Amino acid sequence: MSLIIFTEHSEDKIKKSSLEAISYGVALAGKLNIEAIALVVGPTAAPLSELGEYGVKKVVHANDSAIITSDTKSLATIISQAADTHQADVIIFSNTLTAKGVAPRLSVRMKAGLVTGAVALPDLTNEFTVRKTVFSGKAFADVTILSPKKIISLNLNAFEIIKSTGTAEVIPFTTATISSSIKIKKVNRMAGEISLAEADKVVSAGRGLKGPENWGMVEELATLLGAATACSRPVADSNWRPHHEHVGQTGLAIAPDLYIAIGISGAIQHLAGVNRSKTIVVINKDPEAPFFKAADYGIIGDAFEVVPKMIEAIKQLKK
Amino acid sequence: MKILVCISRTPDTTAKIAFTDNNTKFATEGVQWIINPYDEWYALVRAIELKEKDASIGIHLVTIGGAETEPIIRKALALGGDEAFRVNAIEEDPYFIASQIAFVAKEGGYDLILTGKETIDHNGSSIGAMVAELLDMPFISLATKLDIEPTQALVTREIEGGEEEAEISFPLVISCQKGMAEARIPNMRGIMAARTKPLAVKDPQSAEKLTTTKAFVLPPAKSGVKLVPAETPEILIQLLREEAKVI
Ligand SMILES: Cc1cc2nc3c(=O)[nH]c(=O)nc-3n(C[C@H](O)[C@H](O)[C@H](O)COP(=O)(O)OP(=O)(O)OC[C@H]3O[C@@H](n4cnc5c(N)ncnc54)[C@H](O)[C@@H]3O)c2cc1C
Repeated sequence: MSLIIFTEHSEDKIKKSSLEAISYGVALAGKLNIEAIALVVGPTAAPLSELGEYGVKKVVHANDSAIITSDTKSLATIISQAADTHQADVIIFSNTLTAKGVAPRLSVRMKAGLVTGAVALPDLTNEFTVRKTVFSGKAFADVTILSPKKIISLNLNAFEIIKSTGTAEVIPFTTATISSSIKIKKVNRMAGEISLAEADKVVSAGRGLKGPENWGMVEELATLLGAATACSRPVADSNWRPHHEHVGQTGLAIAPDLYIAIGISGAIQHLAGVNRSKTIVVINKDPEAPFFKAADYGIIGDAFEVVPKMIEAIKQLKK
Repeated sequence: MKILVCISRTPDTTAKIAFTDNNTKFATEGVQWIINPYDEWYALVRAIELKEKDASIGIHLVTIGGAETEPIIRKALALGGDEAFRVNAIEEDPYFIASQIAFVAKEGGYDLILTGKETIDHNGSSIGAMVAELLDMPFISLATKLDIEPTQALVTREIEGGEEEAEISFPLVISCQKGMAEARIPNMRGIMAARTKPLAVKDPQSAEKLTTTKAFVLPPAKSGVKLVPAETPEILIQLLREEAKVI
């Protein structure tokens, strides 16, 4: 019996969200008294044996460069074959865009109950019950998986990475040729930016900034903090900022350690996407802005005066 | 060309989230219900736009739910669906729901099945991929653009750190998100026409349940905001560093 953690990589590095999933999977496997195995799909120069530092003893590597990893069908086939080979009854994903496409498919294929958006380890004293976010972050649900096989897709930034020492054995995994009916024409990647979904820190701004020309200070603050940038929906809708920066109920839901909201009123739909952030800082000139009710720290003041002073203060600190 | 759009009923985005019956049920009192925004704004409206370019396209809708879901189905018909199915079952397990949709889809023989990216209540993001697997079709998640040619779909979708453009032959399943289409409101003619459009009620097929929701929990309330005077943002920076330990 074993547990498999689907482990993603990009630019020859294992993703931070996958390290969270590995830490989670290793902790769960310990509770279940079974082996935790990381499964890596596609060629990568990432040092896979180092995943041992996160507690897995085995890394199964499906190394075939012909695998089209954006085809959910191919991925589901590889994962289910690996699960068969290693008698895995539990599969762990990090709830990334890739997982959203493949985990439900695998759930059907393995007849394994699926919980997406998990925020904690399963409660094993209460059957097999996993807490997940519902109502766009406004509540949690405790969902029991009824089937013997189980799949959990862990929310990003919901579980702490646990690192110690150790090396893992890397086992190559060959699958039968998998054909794909998807013809990929073009891939556009935005290189170099900090991924908003994975970011620990996020600086976000809203309509209070008046226009796209005023984002310089937001970007400067973000760069100084090593933060990703985000925005409210009207800002993306007016094309002041790219759409992928839109957070909230109808945008991306994020849970960084630090979320700084500048000139955002804090509408319920905006809060839905950010209220799982650990520390929320609000800068708004209106003392009645609803965002202050959801904040940990706040400054009532004009962003055009406050933000440059924050930038100065951080520069002083760094000296 | 036949398109099936999966429609879910969700509480309005401003609805108060509270629970009753010992935190096992969502408190529906006073709640306004809407078509799940992703299903409506993106999946359905894009299907309607495609039909506006090619009138031979048929748009069917499917919802799994009790009679209380009919107002939102009528609204979807008013926006531009041609006919609708309601599978009469009150169930939340995604595998059960996907099985019902797959059954309806098999009977109807659709070229294209569209869902929203997720529902704003369950946030499962599961139904589209499950339906695709049940029907052995390709699945494109999180599409931001969709065009069609006689035998294939041209899709742009969001991937980690960027986007991807692909061509896929019919039939296939696509989950839709922002970028696909612009939200619309139904006009009077649509509303009148919707009253007489077919809405067939079907009994559910037997299907397993793989999960069940035991209870709901509200997040702990914030203890209150600590305000720093606007003249001294450096104190905020200090608090973030020394107290919150986040920078
Ligand atoms: C179905 C639905 C879904 C939605 N989904 C989302 C979503 O996913 N994400 C989202 O963000 N919104 C969403 N919205 C929109 C949401 O209701 C709000 O309209 C939106 O969040 C407001 O954006 P804002 O705070 O940037 O702008 P505003 O509400 O206009 O607020 C601007 C704020 O800036 C402050 N301000 C102005 N000038 C300054 C200054 N010089 N210094 C400091 N502060 C200043 C003002 O006091 C005000 O509080 C949704 C709405 C609906 C109906």
